[in-house]
Amino acid sequence: MDIQNIQGYGMFFLTIFLTVILYWYILYLYRSEKKGERDFEKYGRIALDDNIDSPLVEDKIASERDNTKEQNK
Amino acid sequence: MQSNAALEYDYTVAKLFTYVTILFGFLGMLVGTILALQLAFPELNYLIGEYGTFSRLRPIHTNTVIFGFTVSGVFATWYYFAQRVLKVSMAESRFLMIMGKVHFWVYFIGALIATITLVFGISAGKEYAQYEWWVDIVIVIIWIMWGVNIFGMIGIRREKALYVSIWYYLACFLGIAMLYLFNNMSIPTYFATEGLGSIHHSVSMYSGTNDALVQWWYGHNAVAFGFTVPIVGMIYYFLPKESGQAIYSYKLSLLSFWGLMFVYLWAGSHHLLWSTVPDWMQTMGSAFSIVLILPSWGSAINMLLTMKGEWNQLAENPLIKFMVIASTFYMLSTIEGPIQAIKSVNAIAHFTDWIPGHVHDGVLGWVVFMIMASLFHMTPRMFKREIYSKKLMGIQFWMQTTAVVLYFTSMWIAGITQGMMWRAVDEYGNLVYSFIDTVTVLHPYYVIRGVSGVLYTAGFILFAFNIYKTITAGRKLTEEPQFRTPMA
Repeated sequence: MDIQNIQGYGMFFLTIFLTVILYWYILYLYRSEKKGERDFEKYGRIALDDNIDSPLVEDKIASERDNTKEQNK
Repeated sequence: MQSNAALEYDYTVAKLFTYVTILFGFLGMLVGTILALQLAFPELNYLIGEYGTFSRLRPIHTNTVIFGFTVSGVFATWYYFAQRVLKVSMAESRFLMIMGKVHFWVYFIGALIATITLVFGISAGKEYAQYEWWVDIVIVIIWIMWGVNIFGMIGIRREKALYVSIWYYLACFLGIAMLYLFNNMSIPTYFATEGLGSIHHSVSMYSGTNDALVQWWYGHNAVAFGFTVPIVGMIYYFLPKESGQAIYSYKLSLLSFWGLMFVYLWAGSHHLLWSTVPDWMQTMGSAFSIVLILPSWGSAINMLLTMKGEWNQLAENPLIKFMVIASTFYMLSTIEGPIQAIKSVNAIAHFTDWIPGHVHDGVLGWVVFMIMASLFHMTPRMFKREIYSKKLMGIQFWMQTTAVVLYFTSMWIAGITQGMMWRAVDEYGNLVYSFIDTVTVLHPYYVIRGVSGVLYTAGFILFAFNIYKTITAGRKLTEEPQFRTPMA
C-alpha cells in the first residue's frame, strides 16, 4: 500500500471517529439538560447582564473556594 | 486584582483599535475600488508607474482588508466585549493594560511597515501570505501579545463560564497561529542558493503540489478562522446585547462551534479541484464543503431565531438591520461556497469572476457589516455619547446593501458567462472563443463592479463620518444604555 492510500484510509477512519465524538456531544448536551445536571441556556444571560456589577451566572472565585474546601475535608 | 465598588471597564485599547479598524477599512476598500476600476478601464494601471499597477495593488488590498481592517476589528471588539462577558476590567491588571497598549502600537507600526513592503513590491509571492519572513516574525509577536491578553483576561475573570463568543475568539487565536506558522515556513534565498540570493527575500519551504496544498489549507482556513469564527463570535455577543434577547439556543451555538471546528479544516482542498492533488483529497474537500452548510446554517439560523418575537426591532433599529442582513449574507455565502465546491460546478466556476463574487458577498455583506455594526454598538458606550445620526446610518445601509447586491450579481453573471465561453467548442472540438472575446463580453459587468466599489466605499466614508461625529459632537449620555443603542 503506498503512502497516498494510507493517508486516504487514515483520513476516512479519523472522520468516522470524529463524527462519533460529535454525535456523542449532541447526546451529552441534551441528556445532561434533561436529567437536570446542567442548564446550558442560562449562559446566554452572560451577554445581557454584562455590567461589572451584574450578577454572575457562575462565580469563579466562589467555585474555587468551594473546591478548596472539598479538597481540605 | 483589586476589588473596587466604583470599578469601570477600561476601553483605552478598544478605542485605539477602533480608530485603526476604520483607517484600514477605508484604505483597503479604496484600493479595492481602484482595482475594480482598473479591471474595467485598464489604462488606470499606469497612473503612478509601477506602484499603481494591478499586480502591485492587489496584495495591498487583500492584506489591508484581512490583516488591517478585519484583524484590528477583531482586536477592537475583543478588548471591548471580553471584559464585559468575563466581568473583569482591564484597569484591574496593570500588566494586561500595558501589554494591551504595547500590542496596539507594535500592531499599528508593524502594519504600516508591512503595507510599505508591499508598496515596494517586497513579496514572498504566496497569495494572502505575501509578507516576507521578517515581517512574519513581527506578525507572530503581535499575535502572541494578543494571546497573552486573551489568556491573562481569562485567568483573572470573575465569571466562571466562558461565554460562547470567547470560544470563537479562542479558536480564531489558535487557528490563525497554527495556519500562519505552517504556511509561512520559508527560507531566505541566500541560504537556498549558497549565497547567490538575498537575506531578506525568501521562498517557501514546500514545493509543487505540497506547496499548493499547504497554501489552500491556509487560504481557506484563513477565511474560516479570520472571516468566519471571530465574526460569529461577534454576532453572538452584539446581537443579543443590542436586541435584549438571549441567544435562541445556547446548545446549538456550542454544537455549531464544534461542527465548524471539525469540518472547516478539511474543506480547503476544494480550491484545488481538477488539479494535481490526490483525487481522494479533492473528493474530501468537496464532501466536507457540503457538510459545512450544517454548522454554518446552524449558527446563522440561531442568530435569526434570536430575533423571534422581536422582529419589530428590524424596522426600528438600524443596528439590528445591519446585523440581520449580515447573518443573511452569511447564509447566502455559506450555501454558495459549497455549491462552487461541487466538482461539476467547479469545472465551470474555477478561475472565473464568480469566485471573487462569492468572496465579496461574504466579506462585504457579512464581515464588514458585522464589524461596522459592532463599532456602532461600542462607540456610544466607550465614549458615553449618543450616535450622531440615525438617518445617516439608514442611508449608509442602503448604499452598501445595494453595492453588495450589484457586486455579486454582476460577478455571478460574469463568472458563469466566462466559464461557459471558455468551455464552448464547435462541432470539430475547437474552442469557439479566444480569451479576449470573454474580456470584451465581461466589460459591462466589470463597470458595474467598479460602481459597486465606489458606492460601498462612499458608504464606509459615511460610517467613518458618523463615528467621528458621535465621538466629537454626539449628545452626552448620563448612563450606559442597557440594550438598544441610542441614536439621534
